[in-house]
Amino acid sequence: MRTISKFWIFIGGLIVLSPLGLLLPEHFKAGSAWGEWGADEMKDLAGYIPKGLEKFSSLWSAPIPDYAFKGWEEKPLSSLSIAYVFSAAIGVLVCAGVVFILGKFLDKKE
Amino acid sequence: MHIPDGYLGPGTCGVFYLIMLPIWTAASRIVKKTLNSRQVPLLAIGAAFSFVIMMFNVPIPGGTTGHAVGGVLVAILLGPWLACIAITVALVIQALLFGDGGITAIGANCFNMAFILPFCGYYIYKAISYKSPVDSMRRVLAAGIAGYIALNIAAGVTGFMFGIQPLLYKTASGQALYCPYGLNVALPVMLGEHLLIFGWVEAIVTALVVKYLQKHSPELLPEGRKP
Repeated sequence: MRTISKFWIFIGGLIVLSPLGLLLPEHFKAGSAWGEWGADEMKDLAGYIPKGLEKFSSLWSAPIPDYAFKGWEEKPLSSLSIAYVFSAAIGVLVCAGVVFILGKFLDKKE
Repeated sequence: MHIPDGYLGPGTCGVFYLIMLPIWTAASRIVKKTLNSRQVPLLAIGAAFSFVIMMFNVPIPGGTTGHAVGGVLVAILLGPWLACIAITVALVIQALLFGDGGITAIGANCFNMAFILPFCGYYIYKAISYKSPVDSMRRVLAAGIAGYIALNIAAGVTGFMFGIQPLLYKTASGQALYCPYGLNVALPVMLGEHLLIFGWVEAIVTALVVKYLQKHSPELLPEGRKP
Protein backbone atom coordinates (compact mmCIF):
# COMPACT_ATOMS: atom_id res chain seq x y z
CA MET A 1 0.00 0.00 0.00
CA ARG A 2 1.57 3.25 -1.10
CA THR A 3 0.11 5.41 1.63
CA ILE A 4 1.67 3.22 4.30
CA SER A 5 5.14 3.76 2.86
CA LYS A 6 4.46 7.50 2.64
CA PHE A 7 3.61 7.47 6.34
CA TRP A 8 6.89 5.75 7.15
CA ILE A 9 8.80 8.33 5.10
CA PHE A 10 6.96 11.03 7.08
CA ILE A 11 7.99 9.36 10.37
CA GLY A 12 11.56 9.10 9.05
CA GLY A 13 11.50 12.83 8.37
CA LEU A 14 10.28 13.48 11.92
CA ILE A 15 13.15 11.34 13.29
CA VAL A 16 15.71 13.43 11.37
CA LEU A 17 14.09 16.69 12.49
CA SER A 18 13.64 15.55 16.11
CA PRO A 19 16.69 17.51 17.45
CA LEU A 20 14.54 20.63 16.97
CA GLY A 21 12.77 19.43 20.12
CA LEU A 22 16.11 19.72 21.89
CA LEU A 23 17.65 22.79 20.23
CA LEU A 24 14.61 25.12 20.24
CA PRO A 25 14.05 24.92 24.03
CA GLU A 26 17.81 25.44 24.50
CA HIS A 27 17.81 28.46 22.19
CA PHE A 28 14.87 30.07 23.95
CA LYS A 29 16.25 29.23 27.39
CA ALA A 30 13.23 27.18 28.32
CA GLY A 31 13.77 24.82 31.26
CA SER A 32 12.24 21.44 32.04
CA ALA A 33 8.57 20.77 31.47
CA TRP A 34 6.46 21.82 34.46
CA GLY A 35 6.34 19.02 37.04
CA GLU A 36 9.19 17.08 35.42
CA TRP A 37 12.11 18.52 37.36
CA GLY A 38 14.92 16.43 38.80
CA ALA A 39 15.44 16.36 42.57
CA ASP A 40 18.13 19.10 42.40
CA GLU A 41 15.94 21.45 40.40
CA MET A 42 13.15 20.83 42.89
CA LYS A 43 15.40 22.02 45.69
CA ASP A 44 16.01 25.31 43.86
CA LEU A 45 12.31 25.76 43.11
CA ALA A 46 10.57 24.69 46.30
CA GLY A 47 13.44 25.20 48.75
CA TYR A 48 13.47 21.53 49.75
CA ILE A 49 13.27 18.07 48.23
CA PRO A 50 10.07 16.34 49.32
CA LYS A 51 11.03 13.12 51.13
CA GLY A 52 8.97 10.75 49.00
CA LEU A 53 10.07 12.43 45.80
CA GLU A 54 13.70 12.00 46.80
CA LYS A 55 13.09 8.33 47.55
CA PHE A 56 11.25 7.45 44.34
CA SER A 57 12.78 9.81 41.78
CA SER A 58 15.71 7.49 41.10
CA LEU A 59 13.63 4.32 41.29
CA TRP A 60 14.16 3.42 37.66
CA SER A 61 17.39 3.74 35.79
CA ALA A 62 16.53 3.91 32.09
CA PRO A 63 19.07 2.61 29.57
CA ILE A 64 18.92 5.82 27.48
CA PRO A 65 17.96 8.45 30.08
CA ASP A 66 16.32 11.59 28.65
CA TYR A 67 17.05 10.48 25.09
CA ALA A 68 20.82 10.78 25.65
CA PHE A 69 23.46 8.14 26.20
CA LYS A 70 24.63 7.55 29.75
CA GLY A 71 27.61 9.72 30.64
CA TRP A 72 26.86 12.19 27.84
CA GLU A 73 25.34 14.84 30.12
CA GLU A 74 28.22 17.28 29.57
CA LYS A 75 28.59 16.67 25.83
CA PRO A 76 28.02 19.57 23.40
CA LEU A 77 24.60 20.06 21.80
CA SER A 78 25.79 18.58 18.52
CA SER A 79 26.53 15.23 20.19
CA LEU A 80 23.28 15.38 22.14
CA SER A 81 21.42 15.97 18.86
CA ILE A 82 22.95 12.81 17.40
CA ALA A 83 21.91 10.87 20.50
CA TYR A 84 18.42 12.40 20.13
CA VAL A 85 18.06 11.21 16.52
CA PHE A 86 19.36 7.81 17.54
CA SER A 87 16.84 7.66 20.41
CA ALA A 88 14.01 8.65 18.09
CA ALA A 89 14.97 5.88 15.64
CA ILE A 90 15.26 3.28 18.41
CA GLY A 91 11.95 4.38 19.93
CA VAL A 92 10.13 4.22 16.59
CA LEU A 93 11.56 0.77 15.83
CA VAL A 94 10.66 -0.61 19.27
CA CYS A 95 7.14 0.91 19.06
CA ALA A 96 6.57 -0.70 15.66
CA GLY A 97 8.04 -4.01 16.84
CA VAL A 98 5.86 -4.13 19.96
CA VAL A 99 2.72 -3.31 17.94
CA PHE A 100 3.46 -6.08 15.42
CA ILE A 101 3.87 -8.58 18.28
CA LEU A 102 0.66 -7.29 19.92
CA GLY A 103 -1.04 -7.53 16.53
CA LYS A 104 -0.22 -11.22 16.38
CA PHE A 105 -2.02 -11.74 19.70
CA LEU A 106 -4.95 -9.47 18.95
CA ASP A 107 -5.60 -10.75 15.46
CA LYS A 108 -6.56 -14.31 16.28
CA LYS A 109 -10.03 -14.47 14.86
CA GLU A 110 -11.28 -17.84 13.83
CA MET B 1 2.65 15.95 30.73
CA HIS B 2 4.77 12.90 31.61
CA ILE B 3 4.53 12.62 35.38
CA PRO B 4 7.89 11.32 36.69
CA ASP B 5 8.45 8.91 39.57
CA GLY B 6 8.17 10.56 42.97
CA TYR B 7 5.57 13.21 42.09
CA LEU B 8 2.50 11.11 42.83
CA GLY B 9 2.09 9.15 46.06
CA PRO B 10 1.80 5.35 46.01
CA GLY B 11 -1.97 5.48 46.54
CA THR B 12 -2.55 7.77 43.56
CA CYS B 13 -0.27 5.64 41.37
CA GLY B 14 -2.09 2.47 42.43
CA VAL B 15 -5.54 3.92 41.82
CA PHE B 16 -4.69 4.88 38.25
CA TYR B 17 -3.15 1.49 37.51
CA LEU B 18 -6.41 -0.02 38.81
CA ILE B 19 -8.48 2.32 36.65
CA MET B 20 -6.40 1.58 33.56
CA LEU B 21 -6.53 -2.20 33.97
CA PRO B 22 -10.17 -2.63 32.85
CA ILE B 23 -9.65 0.01 30.14
CA TRP B 24 -6.68 -1.89 28.72
CA THR B 25 -8.64 -5.16 28.98
CA ALA B 26 -11.65 -3.64 27.22
CA ALA B 27 -9.40 -2.13 24.55
CA SER B 28 -7.76 -5.45 23.73
CA ARG B 29 -11.13 -7.23 23.73
CA ILE B 30 -12.74 -4.71 21.41
CA VAL B 31 -9.68 -4.60 19.19
CA LYS B 32 -9.55 -8.38 19.05
CA LYS B 33 -13.10 -8.38 17.70
CA THR B 34 -12.64 -5.67 15.12
CA LEU B 35 -8.97 -5.64 14.14
CA ASN B 36 -8.08 -6.85 10.71
CA SER B 37 -4.51 -7.60 9.77
CA ARG B 38 -4.45 -4.64 7.36
CA GLN B 39 -4.80 -2.29 10.33
CA VAL B 40 -1.73 -3.57 12.17
CA PRO B 41 0.77 -1.55 10.07
CA LEU B 42 -1.38 1.55 10.67
CA LEU B 43 -1.42 0.83 14.40
CA ALA B 44 2.39 0.57 14.33
CA ILE B 45 2.57 3.92 12.55
CA GLY B 46 0.18 5.39 15.14
CA ALA B 47 2.39 4.29 18.03
CA ALA B 48 5.57 5.43 16.26
CA PHE B 49 4.03 8.78 15.35
CA SER B 50 2.84 9.44 18.87
CA PHE B 51 6.27 8.45 20.23
CA VAL B 52 8.25 10.73 17.96
CA ILE B 53 5.89 13.74 18.01
CA MET B 54 6.26 13.84 21.82
CA MET B 55 10.02 14.38 21.33
CA PHE B 56 9.33 17.76 19.70
CA ASN B 57 9.52 19.91 22.80
CA VAL B 58 8.10 23.34 22.13
CA PRO B 59 9.57 26.10 24.31
CA ILE B 60 7.84 28.93 26.10
CA PRO B 61 10.78 31.37 25.91
CA GLY B 62 12.47 31.74 29.28
CA GLY B 63 9.98 29.35 30.82
CA THR B 64 9.04 25.76 30.33
CA THR B 65 8.51 23.29 27.50
CA GLY B 66 5.70 21.05 26.35
CA HIS B 67 4.66 19.02 23.36
CA ALA B 68 1.80 17.58 21.35
CA VAL B 69 0.79 13.93 21.84
CA GLY B 70 -0.61 13.21 18.39
CA GLY B 71 -3.23 11.07 20.10
CA VAL B 72 -6.27 12.84 18.69
CA LEU B 73 -5.06 12.22 15.16
CA VAL B 74 -4.47 8.54 15.91
CA ALA B 75 -7.98 8.35 17.41
CA ILE B 76 -9.57 10.00 14.36
CA LEU B 77 -7.83 7.55 12.02
CA LEU B 78 -8.05 4.32 14.05
CA GLY B 79 -10.80 4.94 16.58
CA PRO B 80 -10.31 5.63 20.29
CA TRP B 81 -9.69 2.03 21.41
CA LEU B 82 -6.89 1.37 18.94
CA ALA B 83 -5.50 4.80 19.75
CA CYS B 84 -5.50 3.88 23.44
CA ILE B 85 -3.35 0.85 22.67
CA ALA B 86 -0.99 2.76 20.32
CA ILE B 87 -0.37 5.58 22.81
CA THR B 88 0.02 3.13 25.70
CA VAL B 89 2.78 1.37 23.75
CA ALA B 90 4.53 4.71 23.12
CA LEU B 91 4.24 5.79 26.78
CA VAL B 92 5.49 2.48 28.20
CA ILE B 93 8.53 2.56 25.90
CA GLN B 94 9.22 6.19 26.84
CA ALA B 95 9.13 5.29 30.53
CA LEU B 96 11.14 2.06 30.35
CA LEU B 97 13.81 2.95 27.77
CA PHE B 98 14.14 6.70 28.12
CA GLY B 99 13.00 7.50 31.66
CA ASP B 100 10.40 9.93 30.25
CA GLY B 101 7.51 9.56 32.68
CA GLY B 102 7.85 7.43 35.80
CA ILE B 103 7.26 3.70 35.90
CA THR B 104 5.09 4.13 39.00
CA ALA B 105 3.12 6.75 37.05
CA ILE B 106 2.50 4.69 33.91
CA GLY B 107 -1.11 4.14 35.00
CA ALA B 108 -1.65 7.87 35.59
CA ASN B 109 0.16 8.96 32.42
CA CYS B 110 -1.79 6.44 30.33
CA PHE B 111 -5.04 7.61 31.90
CA ASN B 112 -4.31 11.18 30.78
CA MET B 113 -2.67 10.68 27.41
CA ALA B 114 -3.89 7.24 26.23
CA PHE B 115 -7.46 7.38 27.58
CA ILE B 116 -8.76 10.91 28.29
CA LEU B 117 -7.00 12.45 25.29
CA PRO B 118 -7.98 10.06 22.46
CA PHE B 119 -11.53 9.51 23.74
CA CYS B 120 -12.31 13.21 24.25
CA GLY B 121 -10.64 14.04 20.95
CA TYR B 122 -12.47 11.34 19.02
CA TYR B 123 -15.95 12.26 20.25
CA ILE B 124 -15.40 16.00 19.88
CA TYR B 125 -14.27 15.37 16.28
CA LYS B 126 -17.31 13.15 15.65
CA ALA B 127 -19.71 15.70 17.12
CA ILE B 128 -18.35 18.69 15.23
CA SER B 129 -17.82 16.98 11.88
CA TYR B 130 -21.19 15.22 12.21
CA LYS B 131 -22.35 14.23 8.73
CA SER B 132 -20.24 16.63 6.73
CA PRO B 133 -18.63 15.27 3.53
CA VAL B 134 -15.22 13.60 3.84
CA ASP B 135 -13.47 16.40 1.98
CA SER B 136 -15.16 19.28 3.82
CA MET B 137 -13.31 22.09 5.57
CA ARG B 138 -15.57 21.43 8.53
CA ARG B 139 -13.69 18.16 9.15
CA VAL B 140 -10.33 19.94 9.19
CA LEU B 141 -11.66 22.44 11.72
CA ALA B 142 -13.26 19.66 13.74
CA ALA B 143 -9.88 17.89 13.88
CA GLY B 144 -8.10 21.05 15.05
CA ILE B 145 -10.71 21.93 17.68
CA ALA B 146 -10.74 18.32 18.94
CA GLY B 147 -6.94 18.35 19.24
CA TYR B 148 -6.95 21.64 21.13
CA ILE B 149 -9.73 20.79 23.59
CA ALA B 150 -8.65 17.19 24.22
CA LEU B 151 -5.04 18.10 24.98
CA ASN B 152 -6.25 20.77 27.40
CA ILE B 153 -8.61 18.40 29.18
CA ALA B 154 -5.73 15.92 29.55
CA ALA B 155 -3.46 18.71 30.83
CA GLY B 156 -6.14 19.77 33.31
CA VAL B 157 -6.48 16.24 34.68
CA THR B 158 -2.68 16.01 34.96
CA GLY B 159 -2.65 19.30 36.87
CA PHE B 160 -5.36 17.95 39.15
CA MET B 161 -3.28 14.81 39.87
CA PHE B 162 -0.25 16.96 40.75
CA GLY B 163 -2.36 19.39 42.74
CA ILE B 164 -4.04 16.93 45.11
CA GLN B 165 -0.70 15.46 46.25
CA PRO B 166 0.09 18.03 48.97
CA LEU B 167 -3.43 17.45 50.35
CA LEU B 168 -3.00 13.67 50.42
CA TYR B 169 0.58 13.26 51.53
CA LYS B 170 2.52 15.39 54.00
CA THR B 171 4.91 14.95 56.87
CA ALA B 172 3.96 15.71 60.47
CA SER B 173 5.56 19.13 60.04
CA GLY B 174 3.37 19.86 57.02
CA GLN B 175 6.02 19.44 54.32
CA ALA B 176 4.81 17.80 51.12
CA LEU B 177 6.01 14.23 50.53
CA TYR B 178 5.56 14.20 46.76
CA CYS B 179 4.55 17.00 44.37
CA PRO B 180 4.74 20.09 46.60
CA TYR B 181 2.45 22.30 44.49
CA GLY B 182 -1.24 22.35 45.30
CA LEU B 183 -4.27 22.77 43.06
CA ASN B 184 -3.95 26.57 43.25
CA VAL B 185 -0.63 26.33 41.37
CA ALA B 186 -0.64 23.05 39.45
CA LEU B 187 -4.06 23.45 37.81
CA PRO B 188 -3.63 27.00 36.45
CA VAL B 189 -0.05 26.33 35.30
CA MET B 190 -0.82 23.07 33.49
CA LEU B 191 -4.00 24.49 31.93
CA GLY B 192 -2.51 27.88 31.17
CA GLU B 193 0.53 26.65 29.27
CA HIS B 194 -1.51 24.17 27.24
CA LEU B 195 -4.28 26.67 26.49
CA LEU B 196 -1.69 29.23 25.42
CA ILE B 197 0.81 27.18 23.43
CA PHE B 198 0.84 23.39 23.43
CA GLY B 199 -2.86 22.93 22.66
CA TRP B 200 -2.35 24.86 19.44
CA VAL B 201 0.49 22.53 18.45
CA GLU B 202 -1.79 19.49 18.84
CA ALA B 203 -4.54 21.36 16.96
CA ILE B 204 -2.30 22.30 14.02
CA VAL B 205 -0.71 18.83 13.72
CA THR B 206 -4.12 17.13 13.79
CA ALA B 207 -5.78 19.52 11.35
CA LEU B 208 -2.89 19.53 8.86
CA VAL B 209 -2.66 15.75 8.62
CA VAL B 210 -6.44 15.41 8.21
CA LYS B 211 -6.31 18.08 5.48
CA TYR B 212 -3.50 16.19 3.73
CA LEU B 213 -5.34 12.87 3.95
CA GLN B 214 -8.57 14.38 2.58
CA LYS B 215 -6.69 15.30 -0.55
CA HIS B 216 -4.32 12.37 -0.99
CA SER B 217 -5.67 9.33 0.88
CA PRO B 218 -9.33 9.86 1.81
CA GLU B 219 -9.71 6.08 2.20
CA LEU B 220 -7.73 6.35 5.45
CA LEU B 221 -10.34 8.61 7.00
CA PRO B 222 -13.02 6.27 8.40
CA GLU B 223 -15.78 8.25 6.68
CA GLY B 224 -14.03 7.92 3.34
CA ARG B 225 -13.95 4.15 3.48
CA LYS B 226 -17.51 3.46 2.41
CA PRO B 227 -17.72 3.00 -1.36
